[in-house]
Amino acid sequence: MVPPPTDPVPAPGVSPRRQAFRRVARALGGVMIATLAARGLLGARPARAAHMLRPPGALPDADFDARCIRCGLCVQGCPFDILKLADWDDPAPIGTPFFVARQDPCRMCADLPCVRACPSGALDPLLVDVREADMGVAVLVGHESCLNYKGLSCGVCVRVCPVRGEAIALREIVRNGAVIRVPTVNTDQCTGCGSCEKHCVLSHAAIRVLPRALGIGRSGANAAGRGGVR
Amino acid sequence: MKAMRRRFPYWLLARRSVQLAVLAAFMYELPGLGRVVTGNLASSTWFGQLQLTDPFVALQALLAGQALGAAALIGALVVAVAYAALGGRIYCAWICPINLLTDLAHWLRTRLGVRRHVPVSRHVRYGVLAAAVCASAAGSTLAWEIVNPITLLQRELMFGVSSGSWLLVVLFLFDLLYSRRGWCGHLCPVGAFYALLGRFGRLQVGASGMGERSASVRACPEPQVLAPIVSGQAEAVRSGECMRCGACMDANPSAGLGMRVRIVARPRIPPA
Repeated sequence: MVPPPTDPVPAPGVSPRRQAFRRVARALGGVMIATLAARGLLGARPARAAHMLRPPGALPDADFDARCIRCGLCVQGCPFDILKLADWDDPAPIGTPFFVARQDPCRMCADLPCVRACPSGALDPLLVDVREADMGVAVLVGHESCLNYKGLSCGVCVRVCPVRGEAIALREIVRNGAVIRVPTVNTDQCTGCGSCEKHCVLSHAAIRVLPRALGIGRSGANAAGRGGVR
Repeated sequence: MKAMRRRFPYWLLARRSVQLAVLAAFMYELPGLGRVVTGNLASSTWFGQLQLTDPFVALQALLAGQALGAAALIGALVVAVAYAALGGRIYCAWICPINLLTDLAHWLRTRLGVRRHVPVSRHVRYGVLAAAVCASAAGSTLAWEIVNPITLLQRELMFGVSSGSWLLVVLFLFDLLYSRRGWCGHLCPVGAFYALLGRFGRLQVGASGMGERSASVRACPEPQVLAPIVSGQAEAVRSGECMRCGACMDANPSAGLGMRVRIVARPRIPPA
């Protein structure tokens, strides 16, 4: 069964060359429209959500999205089974690896099996020291609920930190005449592994790993200026 | 003409065995072998050593503007060279798990007597391929991998996710109810890519003698590729669209067809 010809019957007198020309033009037009539609739909895909953390060594988002070949070798390389591949209903590019700190944090293996398993370089093979990883940065988002802030002595987030004493420490500050010991993150040392978020004793973690761009400020003048409302 | 004896479908059995073995190797530890392969059909590591990458996936990443890692590039090269030498769409018939789904749809179609067939040109797949390639470059991402049912199916089987199942169901119903061999034969850009890549593949179905070939043409999923043999214009199938599935030989073992590696073209056998 050969499929029926897709061309309409040419008008009598139309040269074969012109027919061929029309066929090519129609095909190119179809491809162009399909490309534009695909391009539009690609732009409509949601960006990676803040709680979807990438494995250690992941390139910046745009590069990662273009380089990761969605093979899942990092997922199978992870000895703790924390990585998953994004599916249709996950807020991240389909097929790319992620973990959710509150469910299961990165254990920061010294030998970086996920990075070594990655064939594409989406997880940067130049990362050899897991302490240099940047999966995000821990931020104390829930001051009102943090037990240490309330003057109690919790400090779980500090005690579970794999980079203990360097990435997070309890800093004493005096408030209303009393000394409270506040979990304070050193953003240079924090790898964003999510152990603190996972183990925060509250029903909703008071400390969370955020992408670096969302999680920290930077000194300098606000480009928007201080003109107030014009 | 005397009725043909239905022979045992050796080619089909071989093909299904390979397909299921590959699928199982990705999903389970095989008895006596342990974990044979990690990854999925986009890229995988066999026996902890051999890295294989799908050249079409690699092409999308390169077009998205990224220099791939050496492991992925070499793996893509190995696969590309193998399929270019033998015949690209061997992948479709012998490896791709979606073929299981679409063949099931086709089998059901014939059993249920579904007559409805929306004709789609077989050239549309090349348009989809071109669009996927252009969109990867324009969108700086792996455009086809967002909907690619091959890795979607593997993710669902291996990681137990299911939100993409509706896409597979739609694909199955499309093949079952609307268009005969609609997906693999008319729309899939992966098949189109492999058809182009394996255009000069040397593992070919060819005429090994005389025979009655109408049953073979009816059984062939890409019957246009057999036309030159049936009409006696060629001695072997030259089209990259041939899947080397062997259905033509299963359909009638006395059709005078055989599959072998042909390094040089031989003079054609004139038609009877």
